[in-house]
Amino acid sequence: MTTTAILPPRRLIARTLGTPGAVAGSVILAILVLGAIFAPWLSPFDPNATRVCPRLAAPSLQNLFGCDLFGRDIFSRILHGARLSLAVGLLTVAISLIAGTFLGMVIAFLGGRADRIGVRLLDVMLGFPAIVLAILIVAVLGVGAFNAALAVGISGIPRIARVIRSATLTLVGREFVDSARAVGASQTRILRRHLLPNLLPIVIVLGSLDLGSAILSTATLSFLGLGAQPPTAEWGAMLSAGREFMRYAPWTMIFPGLALFLAVMSVNLVGDRLSHVLDPRASGSDG
Amino acid sequence: MADAPLLSVEHLDVTMRGIPVLEDVSFQIAPGETLGLVGESGCGKSVTALSIMRLLPNPPGKIAGGRILFDGIDMTALDAAGLRAIRGDRIGMIFQEPMTSLNPVYTIGDQIGESLIVHRGMSGSAAKAETAKLLDLVGIPSARNQLGRYPHEMSGGQRQRVMIAIALACRPKLLIADEPTTALDVTVQAQILDLIGRLRVELGMAVLLITHDLGVVAEFCDRVAVMYAGRIVEEAPAAELFRRPRHRYTEALLHTMPAANPPGRKLPSISGTVPAPLDRGDGCIFAPRCGFAVPRCTAELPPLEGAPHRLRCWNPA
Repeated sequence: MTTTAILPPRRLIARTLGTPGAVAGSVILAILVLGAIFAPWLSPFDPNATRVCPRLAAPSLQNLFGCDLFGRDIFSRILHGARLSLAVGLLTVAISLIAGTFLGMVIAFLGGRADRIGVRLLDVMLGFPAIVLAILIVAVLGVGAFNAALAVGISGIPRIARVIRSATLTLVGREFVDSARAVGASQTRILRRHLLPNLLPIVIVLGSLDLGSAILSTATLSFLGLGAQPPTAEWGAMLSAGREFMRYAPWTMIFPGLALFLAVMSVNLVGDRLSHVLDPRASGSDG
Repeated sequence: MADAPLLSVEHLDVTMRGIPVLEDVSFQIAPGETLGLVGESGCGKSVTALSIMRLLPNPPGKIAGGRILFDGIDMTALDAAGLRAIRGDRIGMIFQEPMTSLNPVYTIGDQIGESLIVHRGMSGSAAKAETAKLLDLVGIPSARNQLGRYPHEMSGGQRQRVMIAIALACRPKLLIADEPTTALDVTVQAQILDLIGRLRVELGMAVLLITHDLGVVAEFCDRVAVMYAGRIVEEAPAAELFRRPRHRYTEALLHTMPAANPPGRKLPSISGTVPAPLDRGDGCIFAPRCGFAVPRCTAELPPLEGAPHRLRCWNPA
């Protein structure tokens, strides 16, 4: 019987960086994050300033990624877009994780009728394709980057709750929960102090795997015109704006698309490896 | 037993999904006394222990009748907050499986300190100092350095010592030990039992020891209650019970002990099986397997009578 070994953070990082893919993902992700943080200092131009270059100008030394229809510098816009995309992605994941974990734990822990009703409700929500649910929520809340994050976040709750519920069920049957009760711990104390820490590896893995699709989903909403509104620099919105000029000025689409691709890929590479390292069933084998 | 009993279980009936699993279970434990509860698997020993702590999962388990008086408090009438105040503070419990009874993500120091923080309102550092003392008490050497260890870094015997430290953190009046040595090596078993015995004297607590090991009972307990199919069939001072068992089941059980038989011979067994809960008729439950059954045995349920040697049998030895 192997128990979940708890790795200290430094060893966890070392283990996570154990494969070339994870190293590549981490490097790309680090570049994107640094680019997002230092966007105001790294950008050669104001991302929203028009006519800093000829309209739809090709990439050059002055405008590394070329220019869009309004003569805005695409490189500057992508750097600023990284801030929005990563922040919105994190917010989305935070919403689904916090609400989903809470819901899944509570229904599993209460059991009985609460569990049966909860699971049925989750099933109904899962029956909807997530993006349709998200569009519905945006339709109710109104368009905007924040609402798009909220919508994608909410639509991700049932999936997380389902996974956390089943993980909690296996924990509730373990004897240490009984022994916590025998010590006189209250229900909330058992949930918070005994169950939650045991679920954290799963929560982290779910979060890291969801971050990529969250970034993509919010970009999709923006592409459809339901997320970030012009003139905000956002990758999905930039793709959408550039699609009319794909044949004459492909750089208006290539670079936002590439940024999106790299962001999602790097997050997934790191997430995959993290899930491997943290999954007790993988028993810490490298591969 | 001149003292008022510390724990008094009176006519306890417990059902699981409506099926009776404990019927008319009564026994008492005096302060500082050790009662052994023995019986084969599934006879209701653990259900009895869980019922006393009110830890029986409900549903399916339900206390259908009787009372459990601990220090004059009726445990069956307490609400959740009242139960929490007693659990871990005045009654400690040790479980069978030290491997899974500890939370894998906390250090043992944290886990021993938990009940001190819950019940005594101690600060983290005060709990830590007390925890180190407790580890010393249960015989884990260089206790202070061990506080930061995780359960998976310890052996089974050490973990059971940690479980004992957790159960004893608040110096309970009663310790319920549910097969505390079953999952351990034989040599470690003896150490753990010695430890419980020593601490019982040092702390002056009563112990309810649940086991299916008659040898353990003989060595360790003041009194013994024998359970069969959800009922107590015989209860007596340990020496008396082993010297002169009167219930036919106890007698048969003692005959199956390896120590009671010459080496090299096949051990005797009790023929037949325990009848299913819904298939038990009106008489003594052991009657169908009993070699000494008289007609009355299958017709009428014998009462549990006598003092100090209590017995539930129409045709005792």
